[in-house]
Amino acid sequence: MDAAAPRPKENQGEPLPRVDARLKVTGQAHYPADLPAANIAYGALATSSIARGKVTKLRLDDARAVPGLLDIVTYGDMDKVDKPKFGNSGATSIGPLHDRTIFHDGQIIALAVAETFEAAEEAAQLIRAEYEEDRPTASFDSPGTKTVAAAGKSPMFKEDVKAGDFDAAFAAAAVKIDQRYSTPTQHHNPIELFSTTAYWQGDQLVVHEPSQNVTGWKVELARQLKMDPANVRIVSPFIGGAFGSKGPMTPRTAIVAVAAKRLGRPVRCVTSRMQAFGTQTYRAETRHRIRIGAGKDGRITAFAHEGWEVTSRPDLYVVGGTSATGRMYGYGSVLTHVSLVQADRNTPGYMRSPPETPYVYALENAMDEMAVALGMDPVEFRRINEPKTEPIGKKPFSSRSLIQCYDQAAEAFGWARRDPKIGAMRDGDWLIGMGCATAIYPTAVAPCAARVRLTVDGDVRLQCGSHEIGTGVRTVAGQMASERLGVAIDKISVEMGDSSLPPAPVSGGSISTASVCSAVLKACDAIRTKLFAAATAEGGPLAGSHNEEFELADGKIVAKSGASTKVEDVLKAMQVGAIEEYAEFAPKGATPEALKKLYAGTPEFHGGEQDEDSVKYAFGAEFVEVRINRYTKEIRVPRIVGAFAAGRIMNTRTARSQLMGGMIWGIGQALHEATEVDRRYARYVNRDLQDYLVPVNADIKDLQVILVPEIDHAVNPAGVKGLGELGNVGTAAAVASAVYHATGKRIRDLPIRIEQLLA
Amino acid sequence: MRPFVYEQPTDISAAVALASNFTTRDDQPTRANTQFIAGGTNLADHMKLGVAEPNRLLDLNRLEEQKLRHIRVTEDGIRFGALVRMGEAADHREVKERYPVIAESLRLAASGQIRNMASLAGNVLQRTRCEYFRETSWACNKRVPGSGCAAMDGFNRQHAVLGGSDACIATYHGDFAQALIALDAVVLTEGSRGARKIPFAKLHRQPGDTPHIETDLAADEIITAIEVPALPWGRRSLYLKIRDRESYAFALASAAVALDLDGETVREARIALGGVATVPWRASAAEEILQGKKLDDASAGAAADAAFAEAQPRQHNAFKIELGKRTLVRALLETRDMKV
Ligand SMILES: Cc1cc2nc3c(=O)[nH]c(=O)nc-3n(C[C@H](O)[C@H](O)[C@H](O)COP(=O)(O)OP(=O)(O)OC[C@H]3O[C@@H](n4cnc5c(N)ncnc54)[C@H](O)[C@@H]3O)c2cc1C
Ligand code: SF4
Repeated sequence: MDAAAPRPKENQGEPLPRVDARLKVTGQAHYPADLPAANIAYGALATSSIARGKVTKLRLDDARAVPGLLDIVTYGDMDKVDKPKFGNSGATSIGPLHDRTIFHDGQIIALAVAETFEAAEEAAQLIRAEYEEDRPTASFDSPGTKTVAAAGKSPMFKEDVKAGDFDAAFAAAAVKIDQRYSTPTQHHNPIELFSTTAYWQGDQLVVHEPSQNVTGWKVELARQLKMDPANVRIVSPFIGGAFGSKGPMTPRTAIVAVAAKRLGRPVRCVTSRMQAFGTQTYRAETRHRIRIGAGKDGRITAFAHEGWEVTSRPDLYVVGGTSATGRMYGYGSVLTHVSLVQADRNTPGYMRSPPETPYVYALENAMDEMAVALGMDPVEFRRINEPKTEPIGKKPFSSRSLIQCYDQAAEAFGWARRDPKIGAMRDGDWLIGMGCATAIYPTAVAPCAARVRLTVDGDVRLQCGSHEIGTGVRTVAGQMASERLGVAIDKISVEMGDSSLPPAPVSGGSISTASVCSAVLKACDAIRTKLFAAATAEGGPLAGSHNEEFELADGKIVAKSGASTKVEDVLKAMQVGAIEEYAEFAPKGATPEALKKLYAGTPEFHGGEQDEDSVKYAFGAEFVEVRINRYTKEIRVPRIVGAFAAGRIMNTRTARSQLMGGMIWGIGQALHEATEVDRRYARYVNRDLQDYLVPVNADIKDLQVILVPEIDHAVNPAGVKGLGELGNVGTAAAVASAVYHATGKRIRDLPIRIEQLLA
Repeated sequence: MRPFVYEQPTDISAAVALASNFTTRDDQPTRANTQFIAGGTNLADHMKLGVAEPNRLLDLNRLEEQKLRHIRVTEDGIRFGALVRMGEAADHREVKERYPVIAESLRLAASGQIRNMASLAGNVLQRTRCEYFRETSWACNKRVPGSGCAAMDGFNRQHAVLGGSDACIATYHGDFAQALIALDAVVLTEGSRGARKIPFAKLHRQPGDTPHIETDLAADEIITAIEVPALPWGRRSLYLKIRDRESYAFALASAAVALDLDGETVREARIALGGVATVPWRASAAEEILQGKKLDDASAGAAADAAFAEAQPRQHNAFKIELGKRTLVRALLETRDMKV
């Protein structure tokens, strides 16, 4: 087997190739902006060039004179539509065309619609705004920020967790650190640009748009347009890079829908990469202060994590990763506090492991500093602080294989060969550094519905309104059905990414595999029950076996005793052409409202630290080698090894691919990625892939993913822990740890760049 | 993007005639209504961004003169046709053997796809990547003379520390040009006022008060070839490029170095610096310091100090002085240690 298809170990599924792999690599997978629509018109956005003030006048004459221009949607044209709402399905509460107030750089001021894309772009560029300009506040330290406590500002961030008496314990600690860390603004730059295509069929609105939440968007868009949600359909069969960027709907969607209505034609608007920086969500800039106190034996007695996060004026987006960092190790006492700092910026949002990436980066960089302060091996330091129960609620972990991850990754990496002395490892002019860090991600699950049909020909059709965002969820859902119904994967078709399918939760929080597979499992088991009942009924082929266990394999029902019969014959005997089951899965502990909320597009998440019985997390350990030139200080990462345990692995190929992508992104977060803000104007400067750096192939050399076997029945019926967001947590801290080992320089502000090592 | 007329002249004189017909003597090539296009990897980008707004493009790719497409190696040196693609020159066996610094400067630039598309003349004429220049809502003296310079007190991490002015500190980002200026290359042009041979060092202009004037070329002048004189010791040369990631990024600092050594003593050194200056930058002061000296850490360091003696940092680019010096030191020592 090749590296891309790891041999399954215990509780791990086969590395089946993605069911849509061939479509994707041959260009036949149609992304929303590829979906054909007849007689289409093109829209282009005009956006503000100031970050704060008011639009006093819009000059449209030049734009209107562009040949092929059809319409301009701007102030006044959205008045009959409700403003967007900020929340899971909505990126911001700013209704950019409802209000002439400018809240941030790059805010939509008009949509130009024309016969061609080029004409629309030209017209949009010719729309000239006159402003009454106010002095904007860019970020932390800028005059004019407003700071508020984060606790309670988001349903996902209810409180600042704490335990014991931190102050006393910290004061008494024999060894301690008190340090500050920061992470920069980061913007989503998926290769598939953001786009909306809208058309009307009578009263019915169809929107093609890359979306991680078709049900939520349907409901939210219907609310804005004052329509019955039944008349709105969101179609998103493939998504080319999501990671949270396509989770909440932006105001553009309703604007394009209104344009299509006014014209009576389909309208397609593809946002330029530059414009995406101001019109989409992004990862908020964060700052951290961490204090750790420990005894000489390395046992942590006091841990405090304070966080500050930039958000917009109108919307209080909370990153809030202290819930995970406060439970990571067996600290004696915990103190946390998160503050939001409001500035004249667009509203941030989700980006792959939104809370954990910045917060765990800070924690793990601090852990490495603490290990140095204690003169202790960083792996050993974590081993010593491995908890029996989590420190906040004193609940057990449903499973926790962190030490197994460390041991297996350390072994594969060759950690034992590391000389702990700073700068001791060299290869010619290159300093070698080795570092490590922990990855953690909460295991959640949400209600989900699915429909499964088994036909007499042995074909299976599986429908679920989840989203193929590149994770391989189509494949693993098909695998689940294949396993339960004993049907080969190529006989199974999986439909997703359409709000007319049975509702699934937003594809965020790494819940999709667990939620979708649990619903598919339930539907398949209902089919099995029916089949078996019919087969074992009086006069049936397996009559008398009804108390036995049985399996479905190769189109047959096989009882434990060995008696078997063809599924096809059972269906024929039942005189049906197909059995179809619609299943609604609700997690343990779901409220009575849970399923209703699923249909309303506001699903409940369960798991993580919320459950009574235990806390639920997936863990991993990452080891990084860096090489740093002794003259010019450029940092390269020749090797990275990550070991991860995440319950049942449905498919080792797609799991590895997710984790590998995460680790690569983590390297980018450590060394490359940052949105630069011109602090005078609160405007983004590096708004394209030339200046917004992400790793390229040449940056990624030897990368190894180890899937550590783990069994956890408590998390959900499928036994699956989400791992889509696990891989990039901790990576940046592992890089910082390696950089320290090579150079003796502790870099606390990301990204780590040459200038910091020269300083 | 504005509508424009697209023409494909088939010989140089026709192209020149068209260009002089639609431009005036005072037009800057980058601001004229009619402009040449070769690979288009720079110009087409600027047209989409609204930074360049020609209403007529003269595509040079149909020009039939074979000399535009050849790399010719003779006793006197190497002659690169203007339309030779970056990739072809980077992979050329004799270029790699005789002038590693040229081959490397091209190989380390852009990406494989771009190198297959982009021409050598287009490459040397590439415009700055200053973020404020590329986005039309900012003040930029280079794009709109007299409008101000947003980069001066803005985010200027990638900006130049050498050759800047109060009007503009935009870096010249090309790599190939550093090798050319170090090797005393000459640019051959044809225009309505005849053919010219321009020393490469005279091709680009420092910004001064007129950052919108970037080169010595007239709007109807076509670069036909670039000649590099023979240099018997050119084999001992290299291009060192330091950047934020391993590939596909512009230089934060780079050095093109060629050395004529007598044992460890420098008979002659050629040095150019990239990523740190507003134009291709020959470091003559550094070359002089090394002449007749033993090349070691100390003399290399002294040369680097001399190269950056006049450097002027702004808020975010001060590190380029230290980085530029270290890049040069490393490049000098690595060139010394080359096995040729
Ligand atoms: C993403 C990206 C990364 C890059 N990275 C690098 C890098 O690391 N290092 C580097 O050096 N470069 C880099 N480049 C720049 C690239 O090398 C240039 O875009 C390319 O060389 C330009 O050549 P072209 O033939 O496409 O020029 P065009 O875009 O066709 O033309 C550029 C300019 O030259 C003029 N012109 C072209 N040919 C002639 C001629 N014969 N006579 C007169 N005028 C002419 C045009 O009018 C225009 O003004 C990068 C570019 C991109 C897009
Ligand atoms: S540095 Fe030059 S190119 Fe950049 S904004 Fe200033 S004037 Fe324009």
